[in-house]
Amino acid sequence: MLLLAAGFGLAACQSAVPVQQQIVDANPERGRQAITAIGCGACHEIPGVQGAHGIVGPSLEDFGQRQLIGGVLPNEPTVLIRWVENAPSLIPETGMPDLPLSQDQARDIAAYLYTLR
Amino acid sequence: MWDWPNLTEGIQSALAPAGPHAGWVAHLSWLIFIGGGLILLVVVVMAALAMFAPERFRRAIGQRRTVIIGGVAFPFFTLTALLIYGLSGSSGLVTFGPPALRVEVVGEQWWWRVHYLDAEGETRLTTANEIRIPTGMPIEFVLKSADVIHSFWVPSLAGKLDMIPGRINSYRFAADKPGVYRGQCAEFCGEQHALMAFYVVAMEQDEFELWYADQVQPAPEPTLAQLEQGRELFLANGCGACHTIRGTPADGLIGPDLTHVGGRLSLAAGVLPNNVGTLAGWISSAQHLKPENKMPSFGNLRGTELRAIAAYLENLK
Repeated sequence: MLLLAAGFGLAACQSAVPVQQQIVDANPERGRQAITAIGCGACHEIPGVQGAHGIVGPSLEDFGQRQLIGGVLPNEPTVLIRWVENAPSLIPETGMPDLPLSQDQARDIAAYLYTLR
Repeated sequence: MWDWPNLTEGIQSALAPAGPHAGWVAHLSWLIFIGGGLILLVVVVMAALAMFAPERFRRAIGQRRTVIIGGVAFPFFTLTALLIYGLSGSSGLVTFGPPALRVEVVGEQWWWRVHYLDAEGETRLTTANEIRIPTGMPIEFVLKSADVIHSFWVPSLAGKLDMIPGRINSYRFAADKPGVYRGQCAEFCGEQHALMAFYVVAMEQDEFELWYADQVQPAPEPTLAQLEQGRELFLANGCGACHTIRGTPADGLIGPDLTHVGGRLSLAAGVLPNNVGTLAGWISSAQHLKPENKMPSFGNLRGTELRAIAAYLENLK
């Protein structure tokens, strides 16, 4: 029953993600697990991720509604996926490192971040 | 839906034993859980009979004989048998003679200093927060404390033993099969006690020897400009006052030895997974992530500098 409710809740979140932020074949739940495994919470506060209360980078609360990534780039899927995987390739001055993620993991993580709104 | 917990899995479960010592603890525990449960059942049935059974029956169990058998003889024989069984089983786990390997672990607030000792008790290798051991042979753990009382506990491998300032405790245990087992400080040692964990990595003998031979080497030289810059910044920011990286001027003893930090599973004593991102986060914000630990937050670093130091440390495998 709880699982059903959780599944329903997640589905509701996904449907709230506007078309221009939807990522084909990406799985937000898998993205959430990857965020935990990588430890993004060392630097960011991330709603829905246990222990993610870092203050090095910005809080990712309402990230789906954020207009800019890193205060510089438009917040759209292609940019976000690249950013998650290798932020310094987009903004050399950033403190966010080039992370050991596969393209699929980066897509899943981006999909999760767009559910935050 | 509530699921039955899986008792045969988990990297930090006393009910998922992975060595003879933990296996014996689990065996005794189950014996006591089940035996105790059966005794409780008998007591409940007897109590129910004493209240609700017909008078003739109640009179029969109300005799002095019931008290002597149930209250004196039964506990005496059961507990004596349990004691003998427990002691004989435990004594079978004791090994004599020089151990296969001697590892000294020193509890600190809030991390673990790890020394690999030779036969004379001299330190041959220093590392931190992670203990690698070969499988199939009893390892002697020499336990000390630098500050307050800690307790060394790897539930899947053995019972806990205190680390007491000014005193040396030691015990031996083994891991049956290769794997990663999580340990946790089991004695309140300060505000961040809950964030004082570590990993024991059990490896096949030959694999362990390769690892050991690699660990005693000094840190690898940086191969890229960014890593070179990371090393410069590490030294320029004074990190070497607290940390040692063998092969560089950094020779501090206050914090963990970082010579091969990139090869460890976790950061900050089991708090974070170890990768370039969490390293950067920890350097920048150690006081926020684990308040009152001895490492300051390095908020003075620019993004590129932070990434260079993190990349350098990550490459120290």
